[in-house]
Amino acid sequence: MRKLLASAALLGLAAPVPAGAYTVFVSNERGNSVSVIDGETMEVTDTIDVGQRPRGIIMSPDGAKLYILASDDDTVQVLDAATHEILGTLPSGPDPELGVLTPDGSILYVANEDDNLVTAIDTASGTVKAEIPVGIEPEGMGVSPDGKILVNTSETTNMAHFIDTGTDEIVANVLVDQRPRFAQFTDDGRLLFVSAEIGGTVSVIDPEKHEVIHKIGFEVPGVPKEALQPVGVRVTKDGKKIFVALGPANRVAVVDGESFEVEEYLLVGQRVWQLAFSPDEKQLWTTNGISNDVSVIDVDDLKVVKSIQVGEQPWGVAIRAD
Amino acid sequence: MTSLRAIIATAAFCCAGTAFGQTGAPAGAAKAVVAAAVVRVDYDRPLPISRVDLPPADLGFAGAELGTGDNNTTGAFMGQSFTLETVEAKPGEAAAAVRDLVAKGVDYIVALADAPELLAMSDAAGKGAILFNAQAPDDALRNADCRANVFHVALSRSMGTDAVAQFLAWKRWPKWFLVEGSHPGDRALGEAYAHSAKKFGGKIVETRVFEDTGGSRQTDTGLAQVQAQIPVFTQSAPDHDVLVAADENEVFAAYLPYHTWDPRPVVGSAGLTPTTWSPAADAWGGAQLQTRFEKRAGRPMRPLDYNAWLAIRTLGEAATRAPDTGLAAMAAYIGSPDLQLAAFKGQPVNYRPWDHQLRQPVLLASDHLVVSVSPQDGFLHQVTPLDTLGTDAPETKCSFK
Repeated sequence: MRKLLASAALLGLAAPVPAGAYTVFVSNERGNSVSVIDGETMEVTDTIDVGQRPRGIIMSPDGAKLYILASDDDTVQVLDAATHEILGTLPSGPDPELGVLTPDGSILYVANEDDNLVTAIDTASGTVKAEIPVGIEPEGMGVSPDGKILVNTSETTNMAHFIDTGTDEIVANVLVDQRPRFAQFTDDGRLLFVSAEIGGTVSVIDPEKHEVIHKIGFEVPGVPKEALQPVGVRVTKDGKKIFVALGPANRVAVVDGESFEVEEYLLVGQRVWQLAFSPDEKQLWTTNGISNDVSVIDVDDLKVVKSIQVGEQPWGVAIRAD
Repeated sequence: MTSLRAIIATAAFCCAGTAFGQTGAPAGAAKAVVAAAVVRVDYDRPLPISRVDLPPADLGFAGAELGTGDNNTTGAFMGQSFTLETVEAKPGEAAAAVRDLVAKGVDYIVALADAPELLAMSDAAGKGAILFNAQAPDDALRNADCRANVFHVALSRSMGTDAVAQFLAWKRWPKWFLVEGSHPGDRALGEAYAHSAKKFGGKIVETRVFEDTGGSRQTDTGLAQVQAQIPVFTQSAPDHDVLVAADENEVFAAYLPYHTWDPRPVVGSAGLTPTTWSPAADAWGGAQLQTRFEKRAGRPMRPLDYNAWLAIRTLGEAATRAPDTGLAAMAAYIGSPDLQLAAFKGQPVNYRPWDHQLRQPVLLASDHLVVSVSPQDGFLHQVTPLDTLGTDAPETKCSFK
C-alpha cells in the first residue's frame, strides 16, 4: 500500500462553491474502485482505484477524509476526499466490512467479519485502541449521537451488542431477527433501528431499556416474502421518516417515524443495500449491487429521480458537503 | 411431538426470556445445557474415482464442531452452553450408539448413516431424542417411512432432481439421455429424475444402465481405457440436449464429461450437481462460513459438513427463541414455521411440517463454481417457491404416529 503523499496539497481549492453542493462516494465491491459523483450534476467525475473488495466507506465529520474498508486486503485505506489521493492505511484487523466513526471523528470502529471482533482504531495516531469480542460475523455498526454507545450487530448470533465506548465493554445484548445487517440511531438518540436481512424485519429498539419495542415488517404485492431483505437504514434528522433498503426486492421502503407503518415502496435498481442522505437531506442515494448503479430519491416527493451507472457491484455510499 | 420427554440434563430453567427484550443470564444462574452428538457410520465402500474426493477423517464432524462453536458464542450471551460428542460407528452399531447417548442425556443426534440404519437409530431414540438426518437421500424416509423424531437436513433425491429439472427447463434443454447405475440407490435416483422430468416438462429420450462390474477405480494409465469405453457406451442415443447421470454410488459418472459420444453437457451425478453446499459457495455471506470452517478444519467445507453444521445450528436458533431449552419445547419450535434459520442461501429455511424435510435452496455446482441455484425464477408456488422442490404437502405419504 502506498503511504502518505499529502504534504503540499490543498491550496487553491477554496474556489466558491454553490450552497448545498456535495460529493457522493460509492465503493464498488467487485470493481475495486470508488466512484465519485457530483451531487448537483449527478455525473461521475472520477473513479479511484482502491484496495480489494471495498465495502463500507465512512466520511470524516469534517469531510476531509474518506475511510475505505478494503475487505480482502484486511485494511482501512484513508482517502483525501478533496484530492482523491490515498493518504495511507489504518490497521483494521481481518476482513473489515462496515465501520462507524464517533461523532468527533476520533475513533473508527470496524466490524471484522471473519474474526468475531470489533476493532477500535484511533484515527489520529493510526493505532488500535481496543479489540472487542462480539458474536459471530459482526457487521452492522451504529453509534449513539452522544458517542457513548456503540451498537454492533452479529449476523449469525442474531444480536445487537451494546458497547460502552468509554470502557469498550459490552453492556447489553438484544436479540433481534435473523442476520442483522445494519444499526442506525435516530438523531435524538431515543430509538435504534436494526435491520434483519433474513428475518425480513427492522427491530425498533429502546436503547435505554435495551428492549425491542416494535418490529417493522414489509409486504409488496407480487414480490415473494423471501426477497424482502432489509439491509441499509437511514432516518431523517427530525425522525419522521425511516428509509429501509430491501435488497433483492429492489425497493426502498419509506416508514413513518411515529406509527412505524410502511407508507411507500420506491422502486430503485437491483439489490439495493446501502443508503446515504445529501447534506440538506433533500436526496437519498442508494447503492444497487446487481444493476451496477446508484439511484437518487427525492426525499420530499418520494420519487426516484435519477439512476447513475457506477463501477461493478456498488456497495457502500458516503457523502461530503462541499 | 409434545409428548417428548423433557430435558434431563442439568437445571434447565430458562434464561432466554421472551423473544423480545434484553437477554443474558441472570447472575449466578446455572447454564442451560443443550447436549448433542454426531453419529457417523463408516461403511466399507470403494474409494472415490478421483483422489480429490477422498473422504477426510473428520468428515461431518468438523461441520458439527463449527456449529457448536457458533452456538456457544451466542450461548455465552444467553447463558446457554452447547456440547457435542462425535461417534464413529461400525455398520449395524449405530442404534446401540444412540441408546448409549440417550442414556447419557444427549437429546439431539445428527445421523450420518444410510436409510435402514437411520430407521434403526430412530427406533432406538424413541421419545428420548430427536435425530437430524444429514446424509440419507431416500424419499421413503420423507414419505411412507417418515418418523416424528427425525428431521432431514440432507436433500431428498427428489429435491435434487427437481432442482436439476428446473434448471434444464430454464435452459430449454428438454431432451434428456438418462444413464443410471445398477445399484438400488442409482435406480431410485433414476426414477426420481423420471418423475422430475414429468413434473417440469422434460423428456427422457432413453434410459441406459451402466452395470457396476466391480474392480478398482482409477488405475495407472486407466484413462486410456476410459477414453475408449465411455464413447462406445454412450453412442447411438436418440437426439438429446443433455446427458443426465444417476450414479449415487460414484461408479462411472465422473468419467462421462468430455467422453460422451455426442458432444453434450453432463448433469446429475457429475458435471452440474445438485447439492446443499459446495466449497465454492460464497454468495449470501457464504464466504464467511467457508473461511470460518477452513480456519478450523484446515480443508474445504463439504456438503456433509454443511449438513451437520446446519443441523447443529438448528439447535442454536431454537435454544435462542424457544420458550425453554427442554427437549419438548425445542422439538416443538424446530417443527414450527417460527423457526427461521439463516443458512447462507439468501433466505430463511425451516422444516416442512408434513415430513420434516428442510426446505432450502439447492445449489447446482460444477467442480469449481456454483453455476446456479434452484428454485429457478418463474417456478411459482402458493406458499413458497422452495416447495416446488421435492414432495409437496398434497403428495406426501407421510403420517407421523
